[in-house]
Amino acid sequence: MRNWLKSPATDTQVTHGQRLWLYVFAVIVMILLVTPTLIVIPMSFSDSQYLEFPPEVWSTRWYDNFFGSSEWMQAARTSFQTAFLTMIVATPIGVLAAYGLHSSRFAFVRLAFVLMITPMMVPLVLVAIGAFYAYVKLNILYTVTGLVLAHTVLALPLVVIVTGSALKGYDMSQEQAARSLGAPRWKAFLTVTLPQIRFAVVTSALLAFLTSFDEVVVAMFISGGDNPTLTRNMFNALRDQIDPTIAAISTIMILVTTVMMVLVQVFGQDKKSTE
Amino acid sequence: MTAQAARTNAAGLRRDERLERLALFGLSSPAILLILVVLVLPVGWLFYVSFIGANGQFSLENYERMISRRSYLRIFVTTFQVSLLTTGLCILIGYPFAYFMSQLPSRLANLCLITVLLPFWTSLLVRTYAWLVLLQKQGLINNWAISLGLWDEPLKIVHNMTGTLIGMVHIMLPFLILPVYGAMKAIDRDYLKAAANLGASPRMAFWTVFFPLTTPGLFAGALMVFILCLGFFVTPAVLGGGKVIMVSMQIVSNIELFVNWGAASALGVVLLVLTVAILWIASRFLNLDRMTGGGH
Repeated sequence: MRNWLKSPATDTQVTHGQRLWLYVFAVIVMILLVTPTLIVIPMSFSDSQYLEFPPEVWSTRWYDNFFGSSEWMQAARTSFQTAFLTMIVATPIGVLAAYGLHSSRFAFVRLAFVLMITPMMVPLVLVAIGAFYAYVKLNILYTVTGLVLAHTVLALPLVVIVTGSALKGYDMSQEQAARSLGAPRWKAFLTVTLPQIRFAVVTSALLAFLTSFDEVVVAMFISGGDNPTLTRNMFNALRDQIDPTIAAISTIMILVTTVMMVLVQVFGQDKKSTE
Repeated sequence: MTAQAARTNAAGLRRDERLERLALFGLSSPAILLILVVLVLPVGWLFYVSFIGANGQFSLENYERMISRRSYLRIFVTTFQVSLLTTGLCILIGYPFAYFMSQLPSRLANLCLITVLLPFWTSLLVRTYAWLVLLQKQGLINNWAISLGLWDEPLKIVHNMTGTLIGMVHIMLPFLILPVYGAMKAIDRDYLKAAANLGASPRMAFWTVFFPLTTPGLFAGALMVFILCLGFFVTPAVLGGGKVIMVSMQIVSNIELFVNWGAASALGVVLLVLTVAILWIASRFLNLDRMTGGGH
C-alpha cells in the first residue's frame, strides 16, 4: 500500500499519494450519481407510507396499488403504446433523413441539418404549448396520434445524429459498387449500406423509445383525457403529495430503462464492425 | 460530331446527377415536414400571438409587462442564477471527475463510465422524485444526518433553492462529464511527457498543456448544461416548492392558471431568443459540432 502511494500515477510523476484526494472525491461523486436513483428500488417495497430505508416491513402494497388501479394501468398502456409507435415512426423517417442529407451534398444541407436538431435546442415548454395550440386546431389533442407525432419530432435529432455519424464512418463506394453491378439505389441501400449501419439504427430506435417513454413536459400539455401518459400522471401526483405508489412506478421505469440500456449494449454496439 | 455527342452526354449526366441529388434530399422531406408542422409553425404562431394585446390589436404590452413588473424581472434573474450556479457546480464537480476517469486504465474507466450513463438514461422525473424523497423533512438524508449528529433538527433542504440546485446538478452532470471526458481521452499522453521532460512541474504541465486541450470539450459541455438549464421545468417545479420560479414555470402557469397566451408566448419568445443568441455567440468561438456529435 505504502509503495503504491509513492509510485507515480501520471506521466508527470505525480504519485498516487498526492492524488489521494482525487480518488476520494471521485468515489463520492460516483456514489452520489448512482445511489439516489437506486435507493428508490428498495424503498418501493417498504410497507410504510413514509418510504423507509431500509424498510422495516417489506411489502408489495404499492405495486398492488399500481397494478390494481385502472387509471394507472391506462396511463401505462398509453406510455408504452406511444413509445413503441414513436420508435416505429421516428426510426425510418430519421434514418431516411440522415441518409438523404448525407448523400445529397447540397450547400443548403447544413441548414436542413440545423433544422433537424432544433427540437433539441428549443425549450421544451415552448414545444409543448405550441403543439397544444396546433393540436386543438388539428383536433388531435389528447390522442395517441398527437403524442406520437410530437415525440417523433423530439426523437428525430437523436436518430439523425446517431445514424448520421455512422454514415460518416461508412464507405459509400461500397454502395456505388453494388449499383454499378446493377442494383437499384434502394436495393443497394437495403442490402449493402443498412446491414453495415444497423447497430447505429438499433441504438437510434431504442433512444427514440426512451425519449418518448420518459418525456414529461410535452405530455403534460397534449396528453390527458382518455390518454394520459405515466409521466404526466406521475408529475401531477408529485405536485399534490408524495404518494408511495410513485416509488413503485419509478422502479418499473428504472427497469424499462435498464432493459433498453442492456439491449443497446447487446445489439447496438459491435466493436469489431465499427472499429 | 463525336465531341458534340460527348458534350450533350456530359450535360445530360450532370442534369441526372443534380436530379438524383435532389431526389436524395427529398428523402429527408418527411422529417422536415413533421418538424415544420409540429414545431416551427406553432412556435411561429406563438411569436405572432406575443404581439397581440388583450384587446386583440397589435401591441407590445406583453413585452412591456416583462420590463415594468418586478415579478417578471425576478423570474429572469432566478433563471439565470439557477443556470449559472448549476453550470458552475457541474464544472467544479464534473471536470475533476472526468480527469479522474481519463487517467484510469480503460477497463476501469468503462466501469466508472457506467455510473455516469446510468443516471443519464434514467427518467428525469424518476431522479427528481428520488431527490424529493431523500431530501424531505423526514427523508433519508435528514434522518441519517441527525442520527450521526451532523445537525440537530431536520434541515429544510428541499422545496427551495438548495433542493433545486442539488437536483439540477445531479441531472446535468453527465452532460458536462461526457464531452470533457471525450476531449481528455483524445489527448496524446506524450505531450505531458514532453512537458515534464522540458522541465515543467506537474502543475505547470497540467495548466499549460493538458487544460488548454480540454477547453473545447469543457465549453461545449458547459454550454449544453447552461442552455438546458435555461428552459428547465420539471426539476425546479418539483424541488423548488414554488419558491424557485423559472421562466418555463411562469409560461406554464400563465397558460394553466391565467389562460393568458399572449403573456406566455412573449416569455417563450424571449426564452427562445436568449437560447438562440447564446448558441449563436458560442458558435462564433467554438465548433458546435462537438455538441451534436457532428454535422456535415
